[in-house]
Parts: sequence; structure tokens; C-alpha cells
Amino acid sequence: MDLEREFERVVAADHRIEPRDWMPEGYRKTLVRQIAQHAHSEIIGMQPEGDWISRAPSLRRKAILLAKVQDEAGHGLYLYAAAETLGADRDDLTARLVEGRQKYSSIFNYPTLTFADVGVIGWLVDGAAICNQVPLCRTSYGPYARAMIRICKEESFHQRQGYELLMTMMRGTRAQRDMVRDAVDRWWWPALMMFGPPDEESANTERSLAWRIKRHTNDELRQRFVDMSVPQAEKLGVTLPDPKLAWNAERGHYDFGEIDWAEFWRVVKGDGPCNAQRVAHRREAHEDGAWVREAAAAYAAMRERAA
Amino acid sequence: MSGSSWPLYEVFVRGKRGLNHVHVGSLHAPDDEMALRNARDLYTRRNEGVSIWVVRASAITASSPDEKDPFFAPSGDKVYRHPTFYDIPEDVPHL
Repeated sequence: MDLEREFERVVAADHRIEPRDWMPEGYRKTLVRQIAQHAHSEIIGMQPEGDWISRAPSLRRKAILLAKVQDEAGHGLYLYAAAETLGADRDDLTARLVEGRQKYSSIFNYPTLTFADVGVIGWLVDGAAICNQVPLCRTSYGPYARAMIRICKEESFHQRQGYELLMTMMRGTRAQRDMVRDAVDRWWWPALMMFGPPDEESANTERSLAWRIKRHTNDELRQRFVDMSVPQAEKLGVTLPDPKLAWNAERGHYDFGEIDWAEFWRVVKGDGPCNAQRVAHRREAHEDGAWVREAAAAYAAMRERAA
Repeated sequence: MSGSSWPLYEVFVRGKRGLNHVHVGSLHAPDDEMALRNARDLYTRRNEGVSIWVVRASAITASSPDEKDPFFAPSGDKVYRHPTFYDIPEDVPHL
């Protein structure tokens, strides 16, 4: 049990576990699942915003959106690479995603109905993602932590471009302001759900905290996000769609209303507005790209033979 | 599913002139040249580097963490390799 003691010593000392170190099987499995789901979320997350690249209202917005969607692809690849250091196989991970056997963040199962959604995704969805991800820069598994550091650096542009887009629309016409408000109304609650089920129902939280994979509970991070978002909403001039949202001086935090957990579980289990469409689109893109992968592999094999 | 999986490459980037190449991550590519192009797109989207190395992961030989102690032990008792091992009076300049 020397190996296990050494593992626990490294984790307790807040040092990093590296790929070839001994680790408990449960630690490896938990990480593979979490990193894979995180990677899938980045890859599926390209779709809702990708929908607006061809319809962006200006060249400036189009270039920004392209760069952002390209970043999401990059983030997915950093994370797949981190999962592979744990022995996961890339083709297998892709298969799990396109066959619906592995999940991704439910937030991407909601549609982007107007261009204001692009802004709100940057502000609230990427904002919530940053809240989740910043503590992961100190997660106990080295390759995951390093991937998260890269991702967090790049993510801050995502949130700022979203907020700037919304500020621009709020200075525009009445119709544009209404569009922003409508988008905020639709995305606020799903954004709060991004932190996952409440602590008392989160099966894996305790063990993940002990292993220092997670550094904070779902509810702690959700509260942090609410506290950050309220003043941002005020500055923007929008009202968050929660009548119970109020400052609680005693707690030093904002109180907020009850999340519709029935909706959360419905979407997680596959019955959200876009679940089927997102997975089908990913599967189609993967299958349509098969000939490129095969041709490149054949070309490489031919050159290797000739050499 | 297509089974034609590409080999894994490790990517090293020199952040700027005067620095070493540093390992930044890995990627899959069909050949060396594509690995280099993919590495550019994946790891240097914001001017993070002036030079990239890619090498097939299978070509790397690494020390094993299990034998970490015996492997690095030989340097443990050679304190005389460090400058602080030597007592020099404080008033000797430039030493």
C-alpha cells in the first residue's frame, strides 16, 4: 500500500499527480469521465454559436465569432489530449459522444434564437464556465490543470466579447434591447443549472473534493456566479428573471429562487430542445470527415513506404 | 466509426528567442508535417511561440516514476556539486 500512501501524500501536499504515477482506479475513472464530458462540451458548444457565423451583422462580429468557435475546438482538443494521458482512446471518446453514451453540458441543448443569444452565451454561459473552470486550474491531476490554465486564459476574451456585444445592443433600438432582455430571460436559469445538481444530490462531489479534483461544491460555485452576475446585469440595464433575487446582508450573498430541477434532469436525460440535433450534427460531421482522415493516413503510409 | 486513427504527437513550443522549447500538450496527425501545422493551429493561436517541435509520442523514452528514488538517488549525496558547499570568507570579492 506504499503506492496508495504516496498518492495520498502528493494530493494532500497539493502537488500534482502526473500521467505515469500510480493512482487509484476510481481516481482515474472519475477523471476520464469528467475530462471527456468537459471536452465533449467544448466540441458540442461550437454549434449554438456556430449557427450565427454566417449571419453575424458585421465583419467585425463575424471575425470575433469565428475566433471564438475556433477556440472552443482548441479547448476540446486540449482536454481530449489530457484524457488520453489517462489511457483513454480518442476514437473511443468520439464514439461515446456520437452514440450518445457520454454526456456533455446540457446548456448546449438550448437553441440560439437571435443574435443577442450570442452575447448572452458569452456573458452568462462562458461566465458560468469560467466560475467552474478557474478552480480547476488547481485540480490535482497535472495535465488537466495545465489544460485548464490555457483554457481560462482564452476564455476571458469570450466573456468580454459577449458583454460588449450586449452593451452595444442595449445602446441600440428598442427592438434590440428587447432582444437582449428576451435572451437573458431564456438563458439565466439554464446558466445556473450549469453548476450541476445541488450539493445534497451530487453523488460524486465528496470523493472528488477529497481527491482535490474539485475544489468547491456545486452550490458554492453557483452562489459565486450569482453574486458576480447581479451587478453586471444592473450595469447592462437588464433584469434577471428571478423575483426572489435579493441581497442578503447577513449572509453577504444574494438569495435566489428555486431552480427547476425537473427541467434540469429532463434535459440531462436527453429531452431538451436540441439534444438530438446536436448529437446528430456531430455524428454527421464526423462521418463526413472520414474520407479526409483515411486519405491523409493513406498518403502518410505511402510516403513512409517510399522513404 | 472510422478506425484509421492517427498517431499521437507531443508538441514543444519555444515561447520566444532565448528560451527552451517547453512541452505544451499533444495532438493526433497523420504525418510529421501535418502534426506541425496542427500544432500551429492548436497551440499558437495567440503568438505563443516562435518555434515548434513535434515528435511522435512513441519515440519518447521516459524515466519511470516507480523507480524515481533509485533513479535520481546518485545525485542526492553529491552536495559538493553545489556552490554553497564551499566555505569562502565573505571579504573575497567576485566569488
